[in-house]
Amino acid sequence: MAHFTKATSVKDWLDQRLAVNKLEKVMMSEYWIPKNINFLWAMGMVLVITFVLLVVSGIFLLMYYVPTTAEAFNSVNYTIMREVDFGWLWRHVHGVAASVVFLIIYIHMFTGIYYGSYKKGRELIWISGMLLFITFSAEAFSGYMLPWGQMSYWAGMVITNLFSGGSLHADGLVEWIRGDYVPAQAFLGRFFMLHVLLLPLAIMGLIGLHFGALRIPHVNNQDGEEIDFDKESKKYLDGDKAGSKVMRFANDFMSKDMMVVGIFLIFFFYLVFYNYGFAMDPVNFDPADGLKTPTHIYPEWYFLWSYEILRPFNIDLGLVLFGFAQVIFVLLPFLDRSPNTCAANRRGKAFSIWFWLMLVNMIVLTAMGKLPPEGIFSTIGLVAAIVFVVQWLALPIITSMEKKV
Amino acid sequence: MKNKEPLILAVVIFFTLVTYYLVEPYAHHVMHKHVESEHFAYADLPAITKTGNAENGKELVTNAGCTGCHSIDVAGMPAPMDAVMAAQSYGVNPPDLSNVGVILDAKFLADLIKNPAHALNVEHKFDVSKGQMHPMVPFYGMGGDIDQEIADMVAYLQSIAISPDEVTPAMAFENACGRCHAVGYEKWTQIGTKPAFKHEKDGLAFDIKVMEYQDSLKAYMGKLPPDLSMYIRSRNEHFISTLVENPQNHLAGTAMPRVGVTAESMDKIIEHMENAGDTKRHEREAIGKNVMIYIVIFAIFALLWKKQVWRDLH
Repeated sequence: MAHFTKATSVKDWLDQRLAVNKLEKVMMSEYWIPKNINFLWAMGMVLVITFVLLVVSGIFLLMYYVPTTAEAFNSVNYTIMREVDFGWLWRHVHGVAASVVFLIIYIHMFTGIYYGSYKKGRELIWISGMLLFITFSAEAFSGYMLPWGQMSYWAGMVITNLFSGGSLHADGLVEWIRGDYVPAQAFLGRFFMLHVLLLPLAIMGLIGLHFGALRIPHVNNQDGEEIDFDKESKKYLDGDKAGSKVMRFANDFMSKDMMVVGIFLIFFFYLVFYNYGFAMDPVNFDPADGLKTPTHIYPEWYFLWSYEILRPFNIDLGLVLFGFAQVIFVLLPFLDRSPNTCAANRRGKAFSIWFWLMLVNMIVLTAMGKLPPEGIFSTIGLVAAIVFVVQWLALPIITSMEKKV
Repeated sequence: MKNKEPLILAVVIFFTLVTYYLVEPYAHHVMHKHVESEHFAYADLPAITKTGNAENGKELVTNAGCTGCHSIDVAGMPAPMDAVMAAQSYGVNPPDLSNVGVILDAKFLADLIKNPAHALNVEHKFDVSKGQMHPMVPFYGMGGDIDQEIADMVAYLQSIAISPDEVTPAMAFENACGRCHAVGYEKWTQIGTKPAFKHEKDGLAFDIKVMEYQDSLKAYMGKLPPDLSMYIRSRNEHFISTLVENPQNHLAGTAMPRVGVTAESMDKIIEHMENAGDTKRHEREAIGKNVMIYIVIFAIFALLWKKQVWRDLH
């Protein structure tokens, strides 16, 4: 058994039992971050803050939400929006945060791709991040079912129908997922459980893995430079703070994190109070009606690009490509065969074009996913979907031809 | 090294705004038909050319048989039957005429009296040549100049109505929309506000009356007109007001009639719908301002802290 002495302070008492001093060093003061980074490196903290906002607002909403098909719509739109003090505020915070979290995720992802932050031992950071993206998507989808409005019902119908596998006609699987022939009580109940329990647990576990995967390879930097963290941190601790290439996570980098968070929150609360419509679709303020299909059924904006990869093709090919789009990002560290870890613009023309085309094309897919699939829009959507697939197939080839810079 | 952060921020903002523009304003512009407001001018209806005399109008309204179906509470004339039975007879409960003179447009009232299906814009549903009579019997005149007689009747209806300032949002809504549309969140049913009953069976009896009324309404309209509790969020102000102004502009062939409200009444109807579906809008604005002030101060402190911490790092 360890030897305990009379504590000299509360901190010492805790230190003897929990090693808080060591913990503080490992997690905060001697967690070394390269200095050569920009504000995009603060997106992780922005995501943590947004996730906290989602959890806290979700807890408040959970106190009044009723997960039954008869009461769900009214518990949200009457009880929470009208009766409960500040219920409307928590709902708007929750709805807007659920949308904005995806904007930040996409910025975070494209930052990773641009600076090659999935290479040289950082593969697991990328993979755990993409698993987070997938669980966040499931979390968003299941949450969207809960107000039981028209779009909840019909999006639920359309998305669960995908599991019939086109010509496979696996209708039994669809019924098994829904627990019924159509989205009804069993469906709402299980999506409620997924949204408030199983998926949040999975997300929290994956966030732990994501942080853990970051620990050994350290955060990447703007030039993909390999830093000798032992040497540089020693320099810092010996007093040469300005000369060292690294800084402490806390308070050094955290102060910048908080600055970015502050600016982000101005943007966020502006949306919550003055421009929330984009995150709370009007169609979903009509109660679910299985006998009345809305004129336009579309997912939330962050799913539109993958929806548009499904839509232009016949059902079987569409489903195959849709599945391809869901998993292909996970494989990025293995599809990129280049020896270079640096900004996309400096890796040679081919990858630079690949990166910016991928970004622009996903925005095109996003726009076409929402617009009705008619005339020029379906042609643009078809071309964009083909470009997306071709780009991924070409990635191993163009990156293996890349010269070392 | 040159500070690239402003450039990076500009790139992030640019792509974010382009995406926002495409999926929100642009996509909605493509998906939804835009209907311009006609400013409640009812330009297709003939102008009233005669000056009405309210005294004559009172006599005409009594003698023309209006009160055979309509109540005029302010003049002490009760409804001949209750709402449920009236709906069984006519499809929908004929409105009380006490305040139609202030809530509805005068030109509309005049045309309505003379040619109901025309004013209501439901001639596609009620075609006299096919024997489809509108349940409201047109006024064929009492032997004099029919336009003068109608002007007198309109003058009478205006003379008994309350002043425009006294029209409440609920009153405007109930008169113009409330006999077809329920607003559950305001306890409004097609036969009136549901009272708080002491005994459950009285509440159930009331619900049964509402259902009976709704059955007649369904048969008359083709389907039950929707509950409007959340319409201010599921539609929007522009959609609702242009729909009420002329339903055919949005939904050609719809059974929903033009109800002929004035522009002022429309504003009140919108206000009533906001009172049902967006009750916390004032609180939202007030709190929004305070939160923004707080968060800007937070951001300034965060910026100052960062500057202080980073002074030694360069």
